[in-house]
Amino acid sequence: MNFLVCLKQVPDTETQIKVAPDGMSIVTDNIKWVMNPYDEYAVEEALRLKEKFGGDVTIIGVGPKRLTESIRTALAMGADKGILVDDPSVTGSDSLGTARVLAAVIKDLDYDIILCGKQGVDDDYGLVGSGLAELLDIPQISIVLKLEVSEDGSSVKAHREVEGGTLVIEASLPALITAQKGLNEPRYASLPGIMKAKKKPFDVKTLADLDLDASEVGESGAKIKIMQITPPKEREAGKIVEGETPQEKAANLARLLHEEAKLI
Amino acid sequence: MDFSLSMEHDILRKSVRDFAEKEIKPVARDLDEREEFSYDTMNAMAGLGLFGMFVSEEYEGQGMDYMSYIIATEEIARVDGSHAATIAAANSLGIGPLYYYGNEAQKRKYLPKACRGETLWAFGLTEPNAGSDAGNTQTTAVLDGDEWVINGSKIFITNGTTDITAGVIVLSRSGTREDGRPELTSVIVERGTPGFEARTMHGKLMWRASDTSELYFDDCRVPKENLLGPIGHGFHQMLGTLDGGRLSLAAMGLGGAQGAFDMALKYSQERIQFGKPISTFQVNAFKLADMATEIECARLLLYKACWMRDNEQPIGKLAAMAKLYCSEVMGRCVDHAVQLHGGYGLMKEYDVERFYRDHKLLEIGEGTSEVQRIVISRLIEAV
Repeated sequence: MNFLVCLKQVPDTETQIKVAPDGMSIVTDNIKWVMNPYDEYAVEEALRLKEKFGGDVTIIGVGPKRLTESIRTALAMGADKGILVDDPSVTGSDSLGTARVLAAVIKDLDYDIILCGKQGVDDDYGLVGSGLAELLDIPQISIVLKLEVSEDGSSVKAHREVEGGTLVIEASLPALITAQKGLNEPRYASLPGIMKAKKKPFDVKTLADLDLDASEVGESGAKIKIMQITPPKEREAGKIVEGETPQEKAANLARLLHEEAKLI
Repeated sequence: MDFSLSMEHDILRKSVRDFAEKEIKPVARDLDEREEFSYDTMNAMAGLGLFGMFVSEEYEGQGMDYMSYIIATEEIARVDGSHAATIAAANSLGIGPLYYYGNEAQKRKYLPKACRGETLWAFGLTEPNAGSDAGNTQTTAVLDGDEWVINGSKIFITNGTTDITAGVIVLSRSGTREDGRPELTSVIVERGTPGFEARTMHGKLMWRASDTSELYFDDCRVPKENLLGPIGHGFHQMLGTLDGGRLSLAAMGLGGAQGAFDMALKYSQERIQFGKPISTFQVNAFKLADMATEIECARLLLYKACWMRDNEQPIGKLAAMAKLYCSEVMGRCVDHAVQLHGGYGLMKEYDVERFYRDHKLLEIGEGTSEVQRIVISRLIEAV
């Protein structure tokens, strides 16, 4: 079986995000970029499936050159091949644009399961996986917590958490799965893995290689436009509930929850 | 000049940092408190590939450059000194001499297991009466027929008494040179050899979760072929081993300084006194600025020494400078870091307390700061 994993880079969660002067983007100067955490689960799941069923894991990314490091990290974890689409025209793509680029790469590849993170933790759209499945016309099961591939490799059962229970969905292969936190515990890139990754195939492609028109991607192909980014409101100071006795404090707290917070 | 590290170095750093934060940091304080060497973290570190980093793949090493080894050691030291000590001693002092001075049969026999992290090797140099004066080794090795007979004792030997210690390389006096000084020779003594006893040393101030031992040799007989390298090359081997070892100790100083700085910066940005984060008071901001500056200098010096080693240039002077400087920078950084933590910095529930203790070894082990200054003074021809 062959597995494809799509991944992106996001700012390290410890990065202090600052809005750029244009009010529509963030300052990227001092950002440490890391593999999107949900994509790490996707990589790990693909590696586990490969260990069970054999085959190859190919990592695909769309973005600037720095993305190479995350793709190489996935290769160091054990994936077999990397593909990076690095083309200035894709800058400013929305989720659909990114899905179009990925679909253009994937249409020529042989695959059984495509794994994506359920969303990027930067802009949180969670749309690339769905868009890609639609463009490839294959089934998609999103936000998956557990994945079981049938012994004959023809279908997949995916567990999703829903309010108060678990939903088990079956799909024929090929299919696209998006990974939820809890699907697995990603492995570390080991030192021998890092050395082996140096020798693994890594292709860099441009839109011209993919037969994709620049007008379908980037800002020109985007269906959505960011109007404004604002930082979250600063948290206000807490309030100490007054009262002489526990009973009095409880009564005051109930009153505050009712009158001020309007929670009860 | 090109100051950039390779992408592999960056991936390595991220991976080891992630590992250290998730696998070692959560248990480090407790292991320190209980003075316990952990086989769980040892196995995890072996799984990541932290043993035999600079050994070629032929002997199941990782085939990486020295810079990679130093970055990995630095990142482990950023969260815990004891674990970094286990790695630094295993690689520089155990695997290193076997790899650089062993014959083919010895390398085939010992290195694969050591590089897989299944065994640890120790380096027996320091003696109760031969510390800074290491050339004055009292332990003797006398050839008797087809066997070396070893007598003497060693002290403060890292990784000497773990359950997985496979043996020790013993620097011994094998005779007297023409100039009247002792002829030193390294001999491999496997664990379990009659006449060889190792005892764990307890009651340490620092590196409490690493293994430290005393070794005793009482008419301990080993086969003649357990000689490591030619007879009389022991002193030379010791100097070469210590050059590499100094870089790993320097990495521990650098990593420890970085860890202390990271804790101090975070704490002082969050700690509010007089209505403001204490990092904003100039007296504290300047401390943090000094720490950041010194760490940057330490890193440049150490990485330059590694670069020289990877480019096969002599590193004696820079190795001594890097070891001296990085360990003293860590000293100043942990001092500032505890000061910035105030009373909490004196409590075991804050890791900075352990860093403050762990640091002191670095100014003493593998050549005291004074010895480093002697080495440097000689190499700049001041004396």
